[in-house]
Amino acid sequence: MSWWLVIALAAGAYGFKALGLVVLGGRTLPDRTLRCLALIPAALVAALVVKDTFSVGQHLQLDARAAGVGVAVLAAWRRLPLIVVIVLGAGVTALVRAFG
Amino acid sequence: MAAACVTLSVAVGVFAVSFGVGSVSAGASVTQTCAMSLLVFTGASQFSAMSVIGSGGSVGSALAGALLLAARNGVYGLSMARVLPGSLGMRLVAAQLTIDESTAMAASQRDPRLQRAAFWITGVSLYLCWNIGTLIGALAGSAIDPRAFGLDAAFPAGFVAMLWPTVRTLRGRLAAALGALICLSLIPFTPIGVPILCASLAMLVGLPAQRAAT
Repeated sequence: MSWWLVIALAAGAYGFKALGLVVLGGRTLPDRTLRCLALIPAALVAALVVKDTFSVGQHLQLDARAAGVGVAVLAAWRRLPLIVVIVLGAGVTALVRAFG
Repeated sequence: MAAACVTLSVAVGVFAVSFGVGSVSAGASVTQTCAMSLLVFTGASQFSAMSVIGSGGSVGSALAGALLLAARNGVYGLSMARVLPGSLGMRLVAAQLTIDESTAMAASQRDPRLQRAAFWITGVSLYLCWNIGTLIGALAGSAIDPRAFGLDAAFPAGFVAMLWPTVRTLRGRLAAALGALICLSLIPFTPIGVPILCASLAMLVGLPAQRAAT
């Protein structure tokens, strides 16, 4: 993997943090902008879930991961702790892969 | 506050272990993985970048998606600026610690002194736990076969856990559903990583004025 990704992401991520805290300070942004920015994680993280569950490269594929992530969704819905959600997701995937 | 802080740090440490494992299995070295946690220090962006790289996406698309996720820390910075007066040097250090958890812990306090304390205690302890966890995960991940343990599902399972707090509101659920739909429908037709970027368009559900409060 390229070091450029690490360096550019570090610079960009710190840039955003410092922009808000140090450069812009206590200013406020329009409500509309704040609402949209606040929705980025929901949109992107949901997209990452489906990408990592249902695709291999550019192909859609249904395999053991779907079972594992399905169980992880149930665990998150039941408000189980983070570690349980991750271990269940990985464990069920491994089991289905080995015996499915 | 101290108890909440410890619980949070342990949870974040576990998350960091899964990042470390996932990052090395996506092709990063142990050094790169640790450098990322030390320098980037914002979980969702790191997970996102390594997830795109792991699927075979370009550096550009991995970076763009991760930076979109990092933008929210700028918004946190805006609200923390009132809480964190002080010298330029201190604020430049504080900036690196401005993430979901430190902002949330500070915002949950009333007294300005406690807000400052909450920010620094949470920020510093999470920074330590995040980096120790990453190192453990990266070392473990390079010692085992990740697929045999289902660890390729650790990323999406981690994303599921990350997603949960974001879909408490109706708009959050709409944005998540739309983002997932955009991503799935573009995967077969666009280069790897691009569907994730396009999914960010779902943030536009935030544009209409707030009517029914949810």
